[in-house]
Parts: sequence; C-alpha cells; structure tokens
Amino acid sequence: MLFTSYRFIFFLALLFVLYYTLPRRMQWGLLLAASYFFYSFAGWGCLIFIAVTTVSAWLAALKMDNLHRAQSAYLKEHKESLTAEEKKAYKAKGKKRKLAWFLAALLLNLGILAVLKYTNFAIANLNELFRLFGSQKQLSFANLLLPMGISFYLFQTVGYVTDIYRGKYPPEKNLFKFALFVSFFPQLVQGPISRFDDLAPALLRPHPFDSRTVTFGLERILWGYFKKLVVADRLLVAVNTIIRNPQDYDGIFVLLGMFFYALELYADFTGGIDITIGIAQTLGIPLKENFIRPYFSKSIEEYWRRWHITMGTWFRDYLFYPVSVSKPMLAISKKSRALFGPDIGKRIPVYLATLLTWFTTGLWHGASWNFILWGVLNGVIIILSQECTPLYARFHSRFKAEGTPGWRLFQVARTFWLMSALRTLDCYRDVPLTFRMLGTIFTDFSLTPLLDGSLGTLGLTSADFAVTTAGCLVMLFVGLSQRSGPVREKLAARPAYQRYGAVFLLAFAVLVFGAYGVGYDASQFIYNQF
Amino acid sequence: MTFDELLAILEDLHSEIDFRTAMALIDDKILDSFDIVTIITEINSDYGITIPAGEIVPENFNSAQALYRLVQRLDDDI
Repeated sequence: MLFTSYRFIFFLALLFVLYYTLPRRMQWGLLLAASYFFYSFAGWGCLIFIAVTTVSAWLAALKMDNLHRAQSAYLKEHKESLTAEEKKAYKAKGKKRKLAWFLAALLLNLGILAVLKYTNFAIANLNELFRLFGSQKQLSFANLLLPMGISFYLFQTVGYVTDIYRGKYPPEKNLFKFALFVSFFPQLVQGPISRFDDLAPALLRPHPFDSRTVTFGLERILWGYFKKLVVADRLLVAVNTIIRNPQDYDGIFVLLGMFFYALELYADFTGGIDITIGIAQTLGIPLKENFIRPYFSKSIEEYWRRWHITMGTWFRDYLFYPVSVSKPMLAISKKSRALFGPDIGKRIPVYLATLLTWFTTGLWHGASWNFILWGVLNGVIIILSQECTPLYARFHSRFKAEGTPGWRLFQVARTFWLMSALRTLDCYRDVPLTFRMLGTIFTDFSLTPLLDGSLGTLGLTSADFAVTTAGCLVMLFVGLSQRSGPVREKLAARPAYQRYGAVFLLAFAVLVFGAYGVGYDASQFIYNQF
Repeated sequence: MTFDELLAILEDLHSEIDFRTAMALIDDKILDSFDIVTIITEINSDYGITIPAGEIVPENFNSAQALYRLVQRLDDDI
C-alpha cells in the first residue's frame, strides 16, 4: 500500500477517526493493528519476517535483563562474603552469558538480512569468479523475498537490543507494545530509524486530540505530497530516460541527469519523510527529523550530518564507535603509534573505522558494487578532507576568503556537485559504465543539446519543465525560509486567509500538477527498496 | 590520570577552546566523532583505561569535567 495510493488515504482517514474516538487507552493497540494491517499489503511472508524479528529481539532483551538482575541480586546478597577477585570472575561470567544472548539476536536478525538481501549478490560474484578462472560452472540465483523496509525495522531492532545489552534502559516487557515500536507503519517503509527510548514512550502514552498538532501534521503531509507528486515523479521520467539509454544520452545529458537525480532524490526522500513525520504528528507522535536542508551543506561531512540523519547516527553509534574503540582497533592504534609516531598513528584506527563504516553504509544501500564503491568513496573523501585541514588553514590565512558569502556559495556548490557526481553510481547499471558516462562529460561536452530541442526527448513537455522548475523554486524558497525558523509556525502566525490560502494553493498544486492521471498510481518511493 | 593530563589531550585537538569552561562540547559541535575516537584511543594508549562504546553519549563528553568523571569511574572499575 503506497503512501501515494488512494487506498492509503482512505486507510489513514479511517484510522484517524477511530484513533480519536476510541478510548485513549486503546490507541496504541489500534496503532499496532493498523501497522500490521498496513504491512500485510506487502505480503504475508513479510509479516512472518517482522514477527520473527520482533519476538527474537524482545526475548533476547528480557533474557539479558534477567541475567543482569540476577547478577546484581547475587552480588548484593554476597557483598561481604565474596573477595574482589571472586566478584570480578562472577561479573565476567555474567557478561559472557549476556553477550551470548546479544550475539544470538544479532546473528539471527542480521543473518536474515544478509541471506535475503545479499545471497544473489554473492552468487553473481561467485559466477564472475568461475568465469574468470575459466570454469563453466554457474550457480543459479535464489528466488528470495525481500520484505519491504526490512533494513529500517531491523536497524531499529538491532539498536534496541544493543541498548539493552549496554544497559541504557530497561527492556519492554509487553511483547505487543514492543511490536508496535518495530512496526509503527508511517516509518516502516523508509524510516526515520528511531530509538526505542525516543519513540516508545510517545507511542504508548494516550493522545488527546490537539487541533494545532493535527493541523501542523496535515500541512506537513501535504508538503510531502507536493514534493513527491509534483517534483520527484516528474523528474523521474527524465532521469530514467537518461540513465536507461546511455548510448543516446552522454556528455551534457550526464551532467543534466546528475542534477535532475539530485533534485528527484531530494524531493522523493524528503517528501516521503515529510509524509511520515506528518502522519505521526497528526497522531500526536513526534518523530526525529531526518533532513536539515542538506543541499545547503558546505562540506561532505556536514552534508552527512544533515542528510538521512537517523541512518548516519545509527551507523555512528552502533558501528563506527564500537569498531573504533574495540580491542583489536585499540591494539592497532598502539602499533601504529609505535610505527608511525603519535601524530599519524592516532589517525589510522579512526580512518580504518571510517572506511569500514562507509563500506557497510554502501552495502546497506544496495547489494551491488556500485553502492559499495559509492560508500567507500564517501569515506575516502571525508578522510581526504580531514587530512587537508592544515592545507585549508594555510589557504585561508593567505587569501582571507573564509566566511565570505562568495566562499560559502562556492563551498555549497562544490559539495552539491561532489555528492551528485558520487550519486551517479546509484544510477547506471555497473561501475565501468558509470565512469564511462562521467568521462563523456569531459570528452563529449557540448551545449547544443540544450538548445536544439533534444531536451524534448527526455519524456517531459515544456509544461512539465515549467512545473518542475516552479516546484524546485518553491522548495528552495521554503528551505531558505526555514533557516530563520519553522515555516508552519510562521504561517500559523499570519492571518487565517494567508495561512489557508497557502495551504489551498499547495493542495491545488498537488491535485492539478501532481504527476498522475486517470488510472495512474504514483511510483514507489526510492528508499522503500532498502 | 590527572585532570590536567586530560586537558592536555583535549587542547592538543582544539587549542582554540578553553576546556575548563566549555560545557557543551558535543551540543555545540566542537567535538566530532573523529575527535571522540581520538580522545578514547589516546586515553587507552597512555593510561590503559578503556572507554566502551556504550559510554559515548553527550552527557559524558559535553565537558572536560564530565569526561574526567567518566574516566575516574572506569578507572575505579578496573
């Protein structure tokens, strides 16, 4: 059931009415039923996978907590009789048993993800190796189900199990309440990736109807539909034409495709998140923001602090930090200091952890070398910019450009194009083709296609281009306006005719300029496939 | 490990910051994830104190004082 389908709108309207008319103590139960009902449209098999993840994580968390409690009680009871050594040995034994439950939950759930998402990628690579060594042997691909949004709900669950292992908060004893945290339908398909201690209390407390919150939520939903239907789905047509016909569209078209894809992905993903956060807000549930005007970033590091924020912080907290401070990495740190001196030596473990984190981020985005290379290149650029810091400092002390509007604009444009260039790896079917097409920007560059009517062959009419340009300008205007405070707050402070006039115009734009006609069902959100 | 030794590690990373008075090192984005890992590896390398990943939370890294309290607690646990 796509967010952009009529069926979803009907489902949402019905849920909304029931949510605010039923007794408040039943609200979370209703949300759980609605979430499973929503997810059942992805297929019954998907329900089995999400149920297995839910029950295994819930059980492992309870077991870890029980072990912790039993250990504390034992140590308290035998406080006087045990020596320090005995206490230490007992603690170590308890830690091992806790670790066993933690690893079991991790292996089961990440194993499910690995098998479903990466088996065919592994088979394809093995077949390539067979061919390389002259063998005729070829393995056939497995027909596996990849449940919708599996990466998102699994990451949420793995985060929960890790937090319980670390003793960050007590586990949820009620299986159904925990199941709601895993399956909460607005964020099930494309995030944001929430933390249990943030989301669960908001999901489980009663929510009286609040007209201001509901209005804000509805406005946000409408804004999301505008981005998705007016801008993203229109640009999608031109992007697909360019990337699916590389023999016809090279040179300037690759550059144009990069630009269109950057705008499409932004409108699609942030539009989807606007709808998600808006729906949750109408239900009185605040979700974490996932984007803070990422295309205004002045460096790639800053970009990743502002784009898909909950994914970035997840990888930081549950992969980058644990790997960086793990025993093997600390040992590498000591060795590298001895070998290369403290200055270089201290950077080596950080950089190794960075590359591993970005490799995994790439792999998470998709089972292909394109995504892996995309991830690793992100890591390499971050490391290079870190290494170039003294060079930048020398440049700025000489040219005094830092902080000037011209320099800031240059930084924003540089980051935008750098990220757009890296993102072409999302588009073309393999790595060699991607680099070949990027190369044509320099070898076959000509502005003629922009003037000779070739733009008309991309599948968009002049009216489509006009609507898309207007839509992008509206997004830019809203982005600029957000820098001085939330736009909806500003709108709410204006006279009613201005506020509702703006809402009416937005709704009108979605209905009239949305990229659909009779029988049209909007395309799936890009991030649903992850 | 003394408080002054911890200050020396921090000042080596950001000489422009007065770590005796700064109270929002994470919230104000003075320390990033690279800095945090560098601090942890320095403390481990020079003083043998291991800061586990679960302790990397803003409350423990927002000020030199908070970080020092964490280091002392972990040192006592050894």
